[in-house]
Parts: sequence; C-alpha cells; structure tokens
Amino acid sequence: MALSKDSGKGRARASLPPWFKTTVLTLGSIAVTMLGLLFVTFIIGRVMPIDPVLAIVGERASQSTYDAVFLELGLDKPLVVQFAYYIWDVLQLDFGTSLLNARPVSEDIARVFPATLELATLGIFIGIVIGVPLGVVAAARKGSWIDQLARVLALVGYSMPIFWLGLMGLLIFYGILGWVGGPGRVGIFYVDVVPSVTGLILVDAAIDGNWDVFRDAFSHIILPASLLGYFSLAYISRMTRSFMLEQLSAEYITTARVKGMSEWDVIWKHAFKNIRVQLITVIALSYANLLEGSVLTEIIFSWPGIGSYITTALLSADMNAVLGGTVVVGLIFILLNIFSDLLYKVFDPRAK
Amino acid sequence: MAEQTLRAWLLTDTPTSRRHAKLSALYQGWLSFRSNTMAMIGLGILLALVLVAAAAPILSPHDPFAQDLGNRLAPLGTDGHVLGTDSLGRDILSRLIYGARITLYIVALVALIAPVVGLLVGTVSGYLGGWIDIVLMRITDIFLAFPRLVLALAFVAALGAGIENAVIAISLTAWPPYARIARAETLTIRSSDYISAIKLQGAGGLRIITKHIWPLCVSSLIVRVTLDMAGIILAAAGLGFLGLGAQPPSPEWGAMISEGRRFILDHWWVATMPGLAIFTVSLAFNLLGDGLRDVLDPKAGE
Repeated sequence: MALSKDSGKGRARASLPPWFKTTVLTLGSIAVTMLGLLFVTFIIGRVMPIDPVLAIVGERASQSTYDAVFLELGLDKPLVVQFAYYIWDVLQLDFGTSLLNARPVSEDIARVFPATLELATLGIFIGIVIGVPLGVVAAARKGSWIDQLARVLALVGYSMPIFWLGLMGLLIFYGILGWVGGPGRVGIFYVDVVPSVTGLILVDAAIDGNWDVFRDAFSHIILPASLLGYFSLAYISRMTRSFMLEQLSAEYITTARVKGMSEWDVIWKHAFKNIRVQLITVIALSYANLLEGSVLTEIIFSWPGIGSYITTALLSADMNAVLGGTVVVGLIFILLNIFSDLLYKVFDPRAK
Repeated sequence: MAEQTLRAWLLTDTPTSRRHAKLSALYQGWLSFRSNTMAMIGLGILLALVLVAAAAPILSPHDPFAQDLGNRLAPLGTDGHVLGTDSLGRDILSRLIYGARITLYIVALVALIAPVVGLLVGTVSGYLGGWIDIVLMRITDIFLAFPRLVLALAFVAALGAGIENAVIAISLTAWPPYARIARAETLTIRSSDYISAIKLQGAGGLRIITKHIWPLCVSSLIVRVTLDMAGIILAAAGLGFLGLGAQPPSPEWGAMISEGRRFILDHWWVATMPGLAIFTVSLAFNLLGDGLRDVLDPKAGE
C-alpha cells in the first residue's frame, strides 16, 4: 500500500507571496478533494441495491407512510439538489441514523474513533522508533547485515497479508505463549472500570491512576499496535535509508569528514538534520495508511474501532453507517496527505 | 555453434533491421535480468503458479469442493491430505491449487483494467494539456487522496459481494498512479523532436498518442504494475477475508483464511496454509518487480 504513494505532486508555480498562495491553493485543494469524496460516496449511496425508504419504514408500512418518508428524505428532488442536501448534512456532521441501532451515525463514529486513534498512534510510534534508526544505520553501513536485514524486513512487510500476520501473532503470542492479552481492548473484568475521559483507554487508566487496567489494556493493544508498527516501519525504514543515502553522498558530508568530524556527528548532526522534513512527510503518509490498515487489523483483534464499525455495518447493509465511516476516514486521509504535501512544498526549496 | 551465432547476432552493435535492434535490446535486458537471482526466483515462483493453475485438475489430489465431515480438521500429514482438511473435511492442498486460478484471474483482470485506464487518462491529459489536463489531473488527485481499501469496501458494498465486483472496486482505486506516470512520460515525449517531425508529416493526435506515445509509456507502466501486483493480491485477499470478495464455497485464499480463523487456536493449519500461499505469491511479484525495474527503468531504483 505504501508503495503506491506518489511524491511528485509538487508542480512549479509562480513564486510571488509563497505563504499566502500556498494556503489558498491548499484550502482550495482540500475543498475540491472533499467534494470529490462526497460525490463518490453520494453516487455509491444512490446505486446501492437497498431502498433507503424501505430500510426505514419496513416492508409492511402503508403506501402513505412510504410516500411521506420518501418526501421527507427528499428523494423526489433532482439528483443535484439531493447532492446539495447531502453536502449540507455532512457539513453539519449529520450522516443520518444507523439502521442497526437507530442512533445518529456521527455519535457512533465519535464513540468508536478513539479506539482506532489509540491503536494507530501507538502503531506509528513503534514504526518511527524502530524504522528511523534502522533506516539510518542501513544507509550508514550500506551492504552490511543490518542493511540486508532492513531490506528483508521491508520486502516481507510489503508482501505479507496483514490480517494473516495478525492471526499468526494471536496464535503464537496469545494462544501458545500467553504473553499478551487476547482480542478486544481490555479483559472482561476491566470493561468500563475507568471513567471514559478521552476514550483512549491507556490515557484514561493513567488519569484514573488505575494501573491494573493500564497493564491489562497495554497487554491487549501491544500486539495489534506492533503489527501496524511493523507495516509502517517497512515503509519508513526504506524511505529513511534512501533519503540518508542521498545526503551521505553529498559534498558537504565529505567536507565534514575531511575536517575530522566523528562519524556519529556526521550522520546525526549533519545528514539526519537535512532529512527531517522529508521524514515527517513520509510519516504523515504512513499514518494515513495505518488508519486504513487498521480496518483488517481491527477485525482480527475484535478491536472496536472505526474499521470494525464500517465492516459490521457493511455486512448488515447499514449504508448510512458505511458511508459516514468512509467519509470520516477519507477526510482524515485527505488532510494527512495534504499536510505532508504542504510541508514538503513549504520546507523544501527545490519543490518551489 | 548455432547458438553461438544466434548469441552474436543478438548482441551485435550494428543491427541490420528494426526488429533486429528490438530483439537485441530485449536479449540484453534479459541477460541483465538473469543475473538478478532474487528476481529470477520471483519469476520462477510465478511460472510455477501459472503451471499449477493450468494443471489444477491433474495436480490436485482431491475435488476441492468434496466434503468429508467424518474427516474434518485433519492435521498436516494425514494420509491422503498432506496439508490437512478444513472444517468441512475438504482437502486444503486441493483448495489451494484451485485457489491459484482465482488469484491469477483477479490479478489478470486488474492488470488489464487499471493500467489501461491510467494510460488513457494520462496520455490524453498530457498530450492535450489545457483545461482537459487540469480536470483529468484533478480527478486523478482526488482518487489518489482516497483511502484505497475503505473506498473499495464502499464500492463492493454498493455493487454487491463477488469476485468481479471486487476486481472493479480494486481497479477503480488502482488506476490513478498509472495516469500520473503516463502523463509525466507524455509530457517529456511530447516536446521531443521526433514528435514534431511526425506532426510535420501530417500525423493526427490519435495516431501520435497510440503509435508513438503509448509504446514508450509501456515499460515504466509494466514495472509499476508488477510492483503493484502484490498490493492487488493483498487487497483482493483482504476483501475475500472480509467476506466481500469470492463467495463460499469458492477456494479463494483470503476467504479460506477467514474460515480458518475460527479454529486458529486449536487447528492452526487451516488458516496458516492459505496465508503462506498469499505471502509467497505477493513476495514473488515484489521480487520480480524489483528486478524488472532495474532492467527497464534504472533511474527509478534507489
């Protein structure tokens, strides 16, 4: 998945007031992309084989009830008007009500989202902490066993079905070794023990000072988070390595070495300093990809996040919930993408 | 002796015809590809996969759909079932062998649809320029900024589960990178002298695009497609795993993992074997793609 990202988005533009212009262009591009996303979800909502009126009123409703709901949903209006209504609703964070539990979809998403956020954040943290040093060392000692190891790790990461690796992880670390907690966010005895402040169980438990819950929650999250971390480190370490190789072949590095600077300082104080911006863009991209990768991971680990939410809704044909979830994930994905693009344009003089 | 002269003919510095030059370039590419052991391993695995898929009825020891409830969840190495049986007593090895056909089918369809759409959009956009370019590239950007799996999920939800719909959903989310590559290539080709020369000879836009631009875009697209194949296989398996791709009793590998998931703690092999198959095939595509990139598109390497 990470392979498919194009970084060459920076097109040459006139250079008068760069900050202002970049901001306007970025806002415009967010708006257009969001509009595109909404258009696609709207179309998907229209072509689906489910009658939205029947889904609300049930099959035994009278014709008059049916017609009333039909009008209420605005289905008699032209498609363009319906699309405008749809945009208006989404702008107010109104994704309709879930057919399963008759609650507003936005409330459901607000409830499940922290679980995904917690998982993806710990995942990207693991990916950065291992991936960046691995990439730097692989570049500094090109061809060494560490470089080979990084290469193999990345190759396996690109080729591995994430859900299968998750299953194997559960089998080995939970089923056989018993080192980690099983599926779910906490064990059954710890459900709803700490008051939900942030929705992130690790944080909530720490605020409450309940370290039993913290330990239990940690033993549940560490395996899925490591899994996501592995997939992001495959990408992050490869990119770090190629950025570092580019820097290390530059002339200023030779100069620094000739001056007698220690290799440690050359690598970390000179070369690494110059790849920080590129690295942050890569990390933003892999964070976005993690949100996506978490869909399958959440299923495997029965993790009650947005991925599980979308999939469950999908299997029960709850289209409002599916499309609402898609819009939210899409929005975050788009924002992270544009953030990384923007960062690149602002800080990398070559992209201007 | 004959081989010697053929080799010399292929390696000549002075080709005598256009076809000679083409074959010669192809052969030299093959020589440099052949020296890449990992890429050759990838190619070997994929050739084996094609053979296995073609000869599935001969190779598989059992009918992949035949249930045998008395012999369900038999472990590895059981008599007659080398890789054991699943929850309905079906032979896992036979199902894996038939599953190779499904995997190849999905890969082939996506590889036919997505790059062709991308090539069309990219070359038209790059060649015509102007507002058509702006609109097409904006659409491409929009699709690029989408989360692919989630979007594919939503598409499948609307179209209904099944292999063909999974293929359409994956293709719909896979074409934008090809369009970008094709556009970038077109922009460099468009301004070259030989295109001006053909224009002076009176060639129209359609002829220039199809006869002179497409052939030059193909090699970078092939590299990209091969590298993307692993992702496509993983996406298809993911959809199958979620129950949105191939439907039971189809021996699709992702669906097989999903089925084996219920018994993972006690009967680990049911889910493990199809996962290994997916991993092997996508690894092979990655190895092959890396090798092809080194041969066809050396600049793109690290």
